[in-house]
Amino acid sequence: MKEARLSNSAEAVFPAEKGSGRYLSSLRYALHVITHPFDGFWDLNREKKGSMAAAHTILALFLITYVMKLMYTNFQFIMVPVQYINVYERIISLALIFLVLCLANWALTTLFDGKGRFKDIYMGLCYALTPYVLIQLPCILLSHLLAYDEAEFYSVLISFSEIWCAFLAFIALMEIHDFGPAKTLVFIIATVVGALVIIFLVMVLLSLISDAYSFFVSLYKEIRFRLY
Amino acid sequence: MKRRILSIMLTLALVILLTQQSALAVDDGFSSVYTYNYDYWGEVVESPDAYRVEQVVSSASLNLEVPMSSPQSLFATGNTLYIVDRGNNRVLQTVRTGYTFSLSRIIDTATGTEDDYKTAEAVYKARKAYEDLIKQREDAEKKLDQLKTELKDLDYSEQEEILTEEEKQKAGEKTEQKEKEIQETELLIEQLAEQMPAAYDTALEEETKAREAGCRIWQYEAWHKDEEGKVTSTLDSPNDISVDKDGNMYFADTNNQRILKTDKDCNLLWEFVKPLDSTFDQKYSFLPTKIVTDSTGRVFALATSVNKGLIKFEADGTFTGFIGANKVTYNTWDYIWKRYLSTREQRAQMADFVPTEYKNLYIDQDGFIYATNVNFSEYDLMGDGAKPIRRLNMLGDDILIKNDRYPPIGDLDWKEGMTPNDYHGPSKLYDITVLDDDMYCAIDRSRGRIFGYDQQGIMLWAFGTRGAMEGASNGAVSIEHMGYDLIMLDEFTGNITVFTPTKYGQMIYQANHQYLTGDYDGSAATWKDVQKLNANYKLAYIGIGRAQMRKEDFTGAMENFKTAYSRVNYGKAYRYYRQEWMEKNILWVALAIGALVVFLLLRGMRRKSKWEVFEHERSKAFKQR
Repeated sequence: MKEARLSNSAEAVFPAEKGSGRYLSSLRYALHVITHPFDGFWDLNREKKGSMAAAHTILALFLITYVMKLMYTNFQFIMVPVQYINVYERIISLALIFLVLCLANWALTTLFDGKGRFKDIYMGLCYALTPYVLIQLPCILLSHLLAYDEAEFYSVLISFSEIWCAFLAFIALMEIHDFGPAKTLVFIIATVVGALVIIFLVMVLLSLISDAYSFFVSLYKEIRFRLY
Repeated sequence: MKRRILSIMLTLALVILLTQQSALAVDDGFSSVYTYNYDYWGEVVESPDAYRVEQVVSSASLNLEVPMSSPQSLFATGNTLYIVDRGNNRVLQTVRTGYTFSLSRIIDTATGTEDDYKTAEAVYKARKAYEDLIKQREDAEKKLDQLKTELKDLDYSEQEEILTEEEKQKAGEKTEQKEKEIQETELLIEQLAEQMPAAYDTALEEETKAREAGCRIWQYEAWHKDEEGKVTSTLDSPNDISVDKDGNMYFADTNNQRILKTDKDCNLLWEFVKPLDSTFDQKYSFLPTKIVTDSTGRVFALATSVNKGLIKFEADGTFTGFIGANKVTYNTWDYIWKRYLSTREQRAQMADFVPTEYKNLYIDQDGFIYATNVNFSEYDLMGDGAKPIRRLNMLGDDILIKNDRYPPIGDLDWKEGMTPNDYHGPSKLYDITVLDDDMYCAIDRSRGRIFGYDQQGIMLWAFGTRGAMEGASNGAVSIEHMGYDLIMLDEFTGNITVFTPTKYGQMIYQANHQYLTGDYDGSAATWKDVQKLNANYKLAYIGIGRAQMRKEDFTGAMENFKTAYSRVNYGKAYRYYRQEWMEKNILWVALAIGALVVFLLLRGMRRKSKWEVFEHERSKAFKQR
């Protein structure tokens, strides 16, 4: 069935290429994924339609879009205390949250016969971020063309892109792990909890390391004090 | 050479002259107070002084024999300032001439007529009888409640303990006795209830009769007739005064349970007392604390333990209901806790969700009542649920304009107190006064600080502090104004601090006034002068931007509005700008759209032909196979 549908789609017409051609086609495949999420995410890994390079690119674009939105959207629509914002900090923290969520999801689903590997989950979720880039990047331009009382246009587009992304992420996890919708929902909630646990553990680890470090530093100081 | 020496000497002279002048400008003998404002992000922005202390008036400077004790309120009209000296049961009338305040009289007694005094006695007796009935009934009900609980306890002890026959009998007797008592009390309550309508009717009848006879004394107990037949009444813990344009005075004479209206020579005109009305809870005493009067002679009062809003009396003395009741506020968690998670006993001990009472009132020139409110949860404050400052219309709706990012709530920084003496939490706005052009100033008792707002609800400035210095106060209770001078009363010291606007403060008022009266160019010029003194003043940017918009300089206006973070104004300016731009460049826009359409069409055609070629190839391959 899937084979049959595939043969009619444009992807069957322009088959995957090698090298930079493959990169471009896998990037272009994101456009197919967001409009045909069920098939698209199924084929993403199983048919090798997506690539890690493309996933990295989409994630990078997402992060850049996020920061550009904060910095360059007209002040009528977003009020960001630009004087307090550290762009790098924002990028890194967002990327880390994304990775921790991927990790938590992978860690949980492998235990409950999810089919996806970490790579698959990462790729799927990256592809799911495509609408954010596609809609919100032009929205920055749009924000400079609209007046304050037309804010509805802007906010509708923004929320549309966010809902679309969330929907895609849901489908992505469903297809990647070959779960049903209810199970996916449960695992999404569990993923959020898992991510919090990971963050907690990392913090505990960091504080332990800093304690250990300060212990050795004081030990060194003590010895030096005694010997000299 | 000579020339050079001359020029040097001239320069020196000039320098000396200039420095002297600037020194003079700084030191004019007025103390300054720390002034600040908040920027868009809620951060403190220091500002030049908008006000300075002109003088501090005290009991000593007024030459009072008895110093003021716990004064509660100020009322200014023209050059006259009334000070309500509660602790000494009097009102001081002072007059300001130039810079000095001098005492013109002490008001503590009102005079009535003998006829009124006579008529009032009958009303008083009828009313007293009715009130006695109410009281008796209340007592009986209380007793009934107590008896019932006692009976319940007896039943309970009978069930629980294993008793001997004798003890059982004793307990039975006790129960019987209690039951009998309960029956008696119930009967008493019934009898009292039967008597009450008649007593009420008598009281009402007497009142109507007295009213028809032109009686003006209603609080009979407060009046005395001496041997010469002179009928007088003294004030008892007055809390507020209001004076109308004819010079008639209204006193919130709290412990006498009345609002006393006299003419300017203290002759009684009317007494507003507890209304004999079912909407007014007859159990409580009528203790008016704050009053305002409008131009038609209506009186609006706040009274202790009346939480239905402002009590409204018509000019002829009739009570016509409450206006502007505070809505009951409670948070969801409290509600759930109380409704579902606590036992009946716990619930009985908890505070009821009741509407809060207002703290103070002020009536502006247009007859709108400004009210402040200090009881609210901090949670409600930022979301503008608490509304500590309200502007009530005659229906009691809040119509205060709030066009700033933060609602007018006083200070935005709720410092956590480190010591018990330190203030913390939100502002407690104890009083408010409304200047010309609907600018209003509220005083925060916890900080000793005055907050000024314009008619849009945007903060003009904040200044003042706690302490004992000039311009500081620990017990601020009241604020008034004379022109643009602000007068603050300290309850503990009895000091009255007079603040006078600096040039900076005057310019802010002036610019606002010019804008409101249609002098937009003048307003912009004044705002530019303000900007020279304070480049961080948001209102100046908005003011200049508005003037630019009138002159159709939209880019300039946009720039200024952006600096002030005023989205609404920016949006308006931008719309005009966009329209102008479109009209100018309509040709290019049309061309660009045309080019885009052509491009898309061509692209579609190319794709189609490519697809056809592919189909052709495929069908060829299929045929070959």
